[in-house]
Formats: sequence, C-alpha cells, structure tokens
Amino acid sequence: MLEACGVESPEGLFAHLPEAVRLKQPLKLPPGISEYEIVDYFRRCGDRNANGYASFLGAGVYAHYRPVLVDTVVSRGEFLTSYTPYQAEISQGTLTTIFEFQTMICQLTGMDAANASMYDGSTALAEAALMAARLTSKGGLLVARTVHPEYREVLETYARNQHMPITEFGYDEATGAADLDDLERKLNPLTAAVILQSPNFFGVVEDVNRAADLAHHRGALLAMGFTEAVSLGILEPPAKADIIAGELQSFAISPSYGGPYAGIIATRDRFLRQMPGRLVGETTDTHGRRAFCLTLATREQHIRREKATSNICTNQALIALMATVFMSVYGKQGLRELAEQNLAKAHYLAGKLRPRFSGPFFNEFVVSTNGRSPEEINRALLEKKIVGGLPLGRFYPELSGAMLLCATEMARREHMDALTSVF
Amino acid sequence: MSIKKVRPHISPNEALLFERSSPGKIAYQLPELDVPSVDPRAALGASHVRAEIEGFPEVSEVEAIRHFTRLSTWNYAIDHGMYPLGSCTMKYNPRVNELVARTEGLAWAHPYQPESLSQGALEIMAHLESALLEITGMDAITLQPAAGAHGELTGILLIRALLEQRGNPRKKILIPDSAHGTNPATAAIAGYVVGNIRSDERGLIDLAALEKSVDEDVAGLMITNPNTLGVFESRIIEAAELLHRKGALLYMDGANMNALVGIARPGDFGVDVMHLNLHKTFSTPHGGGGPGGGPVAVKKSLEPFLPVPRLKREGDRWTFDYDRPHSIGKVRAFYGNFGVLVRALAYILAHGGNGLRAATMDAVLNANYIRKALEPWYDLPYALPNMHEVVFSDDRQARLGVRTGDIAKRLIDYGFHPYTVSFPLIVRGAMMIEPTETEGKIEIDLFIDALISIAKEIQTEPEMVKTAPHSTRTSRVDEVKAARRPILKWEPLPDPVMP
Repeated sequence: MLEACGVESPEGLFAHLPEAVRLKQPLKLPPGISEYEIVDYFRRCGDRNANGYASFLGAGVYAHYRPVLVDTVVSRGEFLTSYTPYQAEISQGTLTTIFEFQTMICQLTGMDAANASMYDGSTALAEAALMAARLTSKGGLLVARTVHPEYREVLETYARNQHMPITEFGYDEATGAADLDDLERKLNPLTAAVILQSPNFFGVVEDVNRAADLAHHRGALLAMGFTEAVSLGILEPPAKADIIAGELQSFAISPSYGGPYAGIIATRDRFLRQMPGRLVGETTDTHGRRAFCLTLATREQHIRREKATSNICTNQALIALMATVFMSVYGKQGLRELAEQNLAKAHYLAGKLRPRFSGPFFNEFVVSTNGRSPEEINRALLEKKIVGGLPLGRFYPELSGAMLLCATEMARREHMDALTSVF
Repeated sequence: MSIKKVRPHISPNEALLFERSSPGKIAYQLPELDVPSVDPRAALGASHVRAEIEGFPEVSEVEAIRHFTRLSTWNYAIDHGMYPLGSCTMKYNPRVNELVARTEGLAWAHPYQPESLSQGALEIMAHLESALLEITGMDAITLQPAAGAHGELTGILLIRALLEQRGNPRKKILIPDSAHGTNPATAAIAGYVVGNIRSDERGLIDLAALEKSVDEDVAGLMITNPNTLGVFESRIIEAAELLHRKGALLYMDGANMNALVGIARPGDFGVDVMHLNLHKTFSTPHGGGGPGGGPVAVKKSLEPFLPVPRLKREGDRWTFDYDRPHSIGKVRAFYGNFGVLVRALAYILAHGGNGLRAATMDAVLNANYIRKALEPWYDLPYALPNMHEVVFSDDRQARLGVRTGDIAKRLIDYGFHPYTVSFPLIVRGAMMIEPTETEGKIEIDLFIDALISIAKEIQTEPEMVKTAPHSTRTSRVDEVKAARRPILKWEPLPDPVMP
C-alpha cells in the first residue's frame, strides 16, 4: 500500500504538513493495555462507587428494572454499529424502529407527532422553548419554579442569546404545585410560552390544563416537561398542552451517572414545521412496498444551515431504541401495572413519613426532616447501606430542612422500613 | 459487473408491532407487590388518571425479540463491512467498551449519589480529561456536551462570554463554505450572524479574503481541520495570528481529528477552542444516530467560562466545583453522556499513545491508497495531498447522466455502505470517502474494485446504475412522497398492509 502511495513509510504521507504544526514528541500517554486490564480497571472504578446500597434518589433519574431484552436488542451490531439512516434502502431496521418509537410517544402523550429523540430532557425542554418562540414570534418565557432546577439552568443558557427573558413563577406552599395565580399575574402579551413539569420536581402532579387555558388566553403556548416517563402509564396526558418535552431515562436506560439518556419533543400537527430534530416518515419504494425514510429535512441544519430550527445532528438513536424495546416489553398492560407498583411503593413510604406537600404525587415526594438536617439523616442512612433522598437546600434555600425521596418498583419494603426508622 | 463481496439472501417480512399485537399478550414480569396496593383514582384524583393507552403494543416475549431481530437484519452496519462515510469516521466499535460501560457500579451510578460514593466515576472523567488534553494540546476541557453540535454551541458561547467580559461580544462568526451545516446553525443559536468565507481554488482558507473579512464585528472563525476535503489547512497558524491580532478567536470543529491524533495538536497551532466527537475519533458506537459525546477543550483564557460543574482535586479525592462565577452555566443536566465517556476512555487505554498515532497513520494511508487507485476513474477536483479522507466528484459520470447519488446506491449492490454524497458543497457531485484505520487491504481492494466496476457500468449501462440498488429488500425510496404528505406515526387501518 505504501508503494502504491509512492512513499517509503507512513510518515511520508505527512510530509506536506508544515514543520511548525507537527508534534515533536510522542503523546505522553502510557502504552496500550490488554482487554483484561481494561475490564479490570473499570471494575475497580465501579467498586469505588456506591455498590450494594438501596437508593431512594429520584430527582430526574430513576432506578427502574431493565428487562433483559433491552440490552439483547441494542447489542446487535446491526443497530449498535450503524450510522444515521440517511441511506434508506439499507437502514429500514433503524427507520422502522424509530417510526414505532414516534408512534408510541404519540400514544403516550396524546400528541400528533413526536421526533426521533433529543439529547436528554433538559435540552429537549430548552428546544421546546425556542420552538414556542418561533411559533408565536414572541420571546418571553414563564417558567415554574417546580421545573427541575438543572433543566431551568440549561434553559437559561439556551435562551440568553435569543432575547428571551425568563420569568419564574412560584409554587403553592401547601400543595407543592405551581402557583397558577402567580402565573396569571405574570402572563403578559409578550409571553411566548408557559413552561411546567408534571409530575413536578417535588413529585406533585400539576394542573397542566388550567395552566394551558391561562397561557392560551394571553396568546402564549404551553410546554410541559416530564422527567419520570413511567408516570405516563397512569397519568392522563394534558389535552391542552401544545408541546410536550421530556426525558425517557425511566424506560430501561441506565442511570449511568447522568447519561446518555434520551429526550423527546412531541407536538400538534400544526406546529410540526417548527419542531427540531429528526423525523421518520412512511412512504413507498419503487415497487410500491411500504418503506420509511428521514423526512422534513428542510427544518434541519444540513439543509438550512443558519436558518435551521436547531443545530442538532447526532441525537440519541440507540437510547431511543432501548426505550422502544422497553415499551414493547411492558406494553399496554405492563406499563400500567408498573406505574401502579410505583404509586403503591411511594405511598407506602410516604404513609410512614408525612409528606411536606399535600398535592397528589406519583413516585416521589418531599419530606421535612424535623429539626435535623437532611445531610445528617443521609449520613445515618449510609451506615445502613441506604442512599437517602436529595437534600433540597441546594436548589431551594427555603427547603433546606427537606429532602426529596423516591420509591420505584425496585424499592423493597424492608429498606423502606429501615429508612423511616431513621427519621 | 463483478460483485464479489455479497449475494442476495432471504430476509423475513415483519409487520409493525402495533399490527402484530393481540389483546392480552404480555412480555413482562413484575414481582408481587410487598406493600398494599393503592387506588390510583383516590391517590391522584380521578381526573388525573388515564384510560388505557390506545394502540400500545401487546406482544409476547418471543414476538418482541423476533420483531427486533428481524428488523435488525434490514440494516447495514460496520459489523457487516466497510462504512466509508466521509466526515463520519465510521470505525470499528470495540465490544469491550460496551462491556465496561455496563459495569454495575458505573451503569447504576445515580448522578446525585454522594461524591464519596462516586469517586470511581469521577476518576474516569478526570482520567479522560487529562488524556484528551494531552491529545489536543489544550489547557482545560468540559465533558458535558452531548454531541458534536452541542459542543459547537458550548464553544461559541464560551467565545461570546470571553468577548463580553472584554466589553463587546461582537456580531459575527465567520464560516468557510466547506463547513458542516451544524457550524452556521450553531452560530445562529448562539446569537451570531454568519459570515461566509469562500475557499480558494485549492480548497483552502483564503487568507487574503479572511484578512478583509475580519473586523471589529467578528467574534471568531469556525474551521474544520483537516477541512471537509480532507486537506490540512497549512496556513492555520497564520490564520490564528490574523484573528488574534484583531481580537477574534479560532474555533476548530474536531470532526476530522482522526487525521491528527498523535501527529499534530490543535493547541499547538493556534486553536482557542474546539470540540471532539467521541463517536467518531474515539470509537464510541453511532447506534443509528447517537448517542455521541462532544467534549470542548479550550485555552486558558476561556477556562473561567466553562460549564458548571468542573472537576476539582481536593486532597486525595475528586469533587465537583460549582462556584464558578463566570461560567456560561449548564448546557445539559448533570455531567454529560458518562456512558459514552467510559467507552472513549477504554479506547484510549487500549491504544495507548503509540497505538493512537498508529491508528491515525493507518487511516491516512488507507485514504491515500484509495485515492491513487480511483484517480484514473473519477475526477479529483482538488489536488492537494489529502489526509484521512478523499473527495472525488462525479464530473465524468455526470456527462453520461449518472450522478454521485446513483453511484452511491449502486455501491449498495456491491455490499458496501455508500460514501458521503454531495458534501462538501464546494464540490459539485461530491463523493466523500473516509475508510478509517479499521479497514484492511482485502476489504479496501474490494471497495476499489466495486467503484471501478461501477465506473465501467456507467459507460455501458447507465440506466441500470441510475435505478440501483437492485438487490436490496427495499428498492429506491420515495423521499419526495414522504415529505409531501408526512405520515409520522402508525394509525389503525381497517386492512393493514404487510410490507
């Protein structure tokens, strides 16, 4: 091969590089190691993390059981090692699963159209806000303080240079739900979108339809976020929302210290042309057989460049496939039963602890720590091999004496009893 | 015609999950509840409780696995063979990376678990940060961005933050006409207008044109190096100096970093900020379109603005530092696509410094070998030495009515995934080929044979090439129809159509 290229050594292929740009010494990295050593290194790293602890952390990342079929399917090289399905004739496998994914997200959310995935829930919600601004030709964002604090931080980063001022509205101290009277006061003709999350960061189910009525009355759109997708197995999706943007981590996606996850945006047909992200559509091949392909690409960066709806290119396709397999395995009956188990576990735990808020909750809730600090309680729990809840003071100074607890179907009664004994 | 690599075989038909569902079928198991059940209507309020999810799948476990297995056989993948998509760096995805990413203590780590119980995860991130800094020659890095375009956004926001601190964020980002579409889209989201820079007749940045374009309004230049022709921007240091003299910054899109690792470092040739695509250069799987990883590396001047949190060493342990008053904030919840970071580090550990350099040299050798073999058959519009990819044009074939897209589809019949079609935009009828270091001579020779054979077919049977592919289970797909009346989800029909 060298001979064909007319060089004596591979270095000859770099002879045209200016001397000044060339690296003069070898990279200061150790020599390569064997497969066994790699496995061993990461096993040792894993051992230095929490192992064998029961955990009651939620707050946007949930410990749900991952059916074996999920990794079986996504480990297939045909899915794992393929590129974005631009060449439809040899990508029908990926395209078909994305079409099924889009369909199931619509069935779950009650929306007309869903995209093929976003990076995660936080960026999906930020993109939903930008989408609302394009649709309304306005810029104001009214965001509930009950939206995940890190999602609000991401939204702030995205909105800052789009001339989109963000105003927050508060929550009801008794119920833990967003204060819709405060929302009504703050709505104005420049508001592009009202942004809520349900269940919210405190685990409380929001009255999204009433918020939507208020938003629509002032010519704004309602974008709803969610972080706990399993709740959709039991909660009625809000009929009046215009955009739903959420996180699918709960659908058999490992917590994996924060990612990779998969976000989605779903919306009404009339808003479709402003939706960011890839879309798969149904069509036919030259023999008239059903086939799928990427479509409506005129919204996207590789066609529209600076006029695109978003700069997103690579998304989370394989992670979305995990969610697709999860939804297929649980199905109509299983997702409901799974949601009911979560509801039962969290209400068992809450029944022994007196939640801080009275609003209806799904699988997480806030508790006051009665004079002791949440950190102190968590330290006591660690000794029982239990990771307790998330202390809220970091995000809500007024709740520094409270923590957020979550109980999924994987929470065992004995661990819940051990946890409550420390309070 | 001489198709050596493949022959057709049967592949099963498969209906959509919704069409093969039967009421009452299930594929899941849940344990018995060990706590009292709760009436959802009482707990949540009747109006909040949904009716059954209409249309949701109802299949057995066997039906589920057959469904996805059958669909998988309709895909082409790196595991099948060469995937020469230019600018996409479709290299082999080592399976040990998949295994280690599923290590119990890593896969089940919650991002809010105590730092004292996360030291293994933080160690991995710190280790990857230091390796990537050595590879790029930069001073500081964030692992938070989820993909290349997300890294671009992060990088341009960093530039804006620095310039704002200096008193004027400026208005414009310059982008060469050979750039990826994400570059201009990113600049727009970061609040900048895009100024396009024309390439010179050799396909390089035109320094004279650049000099004229850089004024007080220009915040920076986004450049890909090697550029999308696979050619190294040999005057990059002068370009950087020119920008710096006028108070602007140099952003490098690291999509083509597979040509440079171990050979040249952006930090040594004037780059202020750049992103890496872990799913390109560092072998994490593309997975049909993601997930990716888009770390952003910067020079010291930009370090104060990096997203929060930043890893910090405190005594003998790692901790997250949130006290960063100049930070641009967060670009994503939590700390990034951690599972992707694990895979990228595994790749770096497996190769070591010398192995990484050897991979780069193999990638460049492969691309040059393909160039030499195909030059007699296809037009090469830009003649400068190329690095890890080579861009031909369909100029000769177009005269016979056959375009780059047709040649690409015909390659499928030969058992190869097509090259990147019609990009970069500065080449009419571009055929952009990137073999990566993964391919050996046997596979590459088959690929070369295929493209030569197609060139001959075009001279004798152009129509046959224009209607390719002929041996796939799905023939050419009507993309116009899909866009004209979009059908984006399945809906029940009285009489379902089998594929």
